[in-house]
Amino acid sequence: MNRALETIAAWVLGIAWILPLVYAFWTALHPTEFSTRFDLSAPWTVQNLVTAWNAAPFARYILNTILLCALVLVGQLILCTFAGYAFARFDFWGKTLAFLLVLVQLMIMPDVLIVENYQTLSRLGLLDTIFGIGLPYMASAFGIFLLRQTFKTVPKELDEAARVEGCGPVQILWKVYVPLAKPVYLAYALVSVSYHWNNFLWPLIVTNSVNARPLTVGLQVFASVDQGIDWAIITAATLITSGPLLIAFLLFQRQFVQSFMRAGIK
Amino acid sequence: MQTRYSAHIYGWLLLLPAAVLLVAFTHAPMVSAFVDSFMSTPKGARPARFVGLMQYETLIEDPIFWRVLGNNILFAVWTIPASIALAIAMALLVNGKLKGRGFLRMAYFTPTVLPMIAVANIWMFFFTPDYGLIDQIRGLFGGGPVNWLGQQSTALYCLMVVTVWKEAGFFMIFYLAALQGINPSLYEAASLEGASRWTVFRRITWPLLMPTTLFVLINAVIGAFRLVDHVVVMTKGGPDNASSLLLFYIYEIGFKYWDTAYASTLTVVLLVLLAAVAVFQFTYLDKRTHYQ
Repeated sequence: MNRALETIAAWVLGIAWILPLVYAFWTALHPTEFSTRFDLSAPWTVQNLVTAWNAAPFARYILNTILLCALVLVGQLILCTFAGYAFARFDFWGKTLAFLLVLVQLMIMPDVLIVENYQTLSRLGLLDTIFGIGLPYMASAFGIFLLRQTFKTVPKELDEAARVEGCGPVQILWKVYVPLAKPVYLAYALVSVSYHWNNFLWPLIVTNSVNARPLTVGLQVFASVDQGIDWAIITAATLITSGPLLIAFLLFQRQFVQSFMRAGIK
Repeated sequence: MQTRYSAHIYGWLLLLPAAVLLVAFTHAPMVSAFVDSFMSTPKGARPARFVGLMQYETLIEDPIFWRVLGNNILFAVWTIPASIALAIAMALLVNGKLKGRGFLRMAYFTPTVLPMIAVANIWMFFFTPDYGLIDQIRGLFGGGPVNWLGQQSTALYCLMVVTVWKEAGFFMIFYLAALQGINPSLYEAASLEGASRWTVFRRITWPLLMPTTLFVLINAVIGAFRLVDHVVVMTKGGPDNASSLLLFYIYEIGFKYWDTAYASTLTVVLLVLLAAVAVFQFTYLDKRTHYQ
């Protein structure tokens, strides 16, 4: 009895959670007149996707988003690896204070400092550039913390063995630490890409042209300006926006879930 | 290391690139928000000048600020417990043996990887008066159309629904991981004692999930003050600021009215709120979470 109730509860929740997405697919893949009518005999069409794709430079937006995610990720991996290594293996002056200052960013992310960061970016002449969107996120406290924790678990003997062979600190980092942290890098990369693929407010503020605008901002411009309330087309555009990441998620579900888990439980 | 100083030098050299960016985009803006909050907004040829506490006086007398702050607190007070309760329920449900477990886990987690901006666009249609899914279902039971996003009494709650829907599955995975870490012999002992399922949850599961709950809580609080994408898409803070949140108000003041000094003052309020969360975490929580 209990078991059956639980199964029903789980499925009710599951359907409630998947329904908006199912609905989005329904609307996007049927003619507009079926947006509000659920008729199983309704004809399927990809016309909405085609119309949306042609109505705004989505190809460019996708390219911008991919460039943004790649740029942020590469920057984060390099900076956080160096910083995490410094905190894990070197005793330098002011280490504790420096670490506390890094942790501040876990609470106060660049997302909330929009007014000041906009001014900084403007002074650097980086407004409306993909580099400008990504720059504030490259030194990620979360990444530094995650890699510090990981590097701390590497046995010191490996480190010393490499040193005996004449490796310098950076060589040791590259040959010993980085290979051992591969699963953590993968987890971090998935979390980072998901975050920046979906990020909206900061890119909205910084960009004002097609050349730099990522998908999320492109979608908003498209949905609020170009269309009246043709829901079929707007939903098609939301699918274009979420599609690549959604497909990646469905293909690599286990890796995604484990990455988010690993990133959360340090 | 070869010499006495090399650890210091290497340490700082390795840290330097990250430190420069952290200072430039986190610490310096915090300080400059604070400084700017005592200045006037520069206009045209007139540079910013020191105005003392004037911006804070404006803030205290600004009814919109109080309304937005109240909204944000209400938003946090509703969405955080709701997301956490649902996340625990989901984790407990899909942790056991269940038909379609893999599908359900995926269904719960999928909203996490969708952009809030896309999610908000889809939900907006659900809330559309008359044609939207919610009103269509209400229509079946004889309910009339409701302008969910367009009336003050419901707009903020609509945003809460979307937020809970988006976040519960994300929090679920942390609970799932924690549940899998609980020693099964505890449950065996409880069943030997004949404990009811509620007792088992209250006495074993819940206390052992405490560290996870606190971790999720901190993230949820930060999220409640950081994420306003859905506000931009669904309501633009309206009607009459009924659904505006603090960061959205900062965005409006800073980038629509270009009153940067007042936006900095509002940012200081947001920073104080987040700092309070940090102090709470470091002083209170770290002591109370070591059960094992």
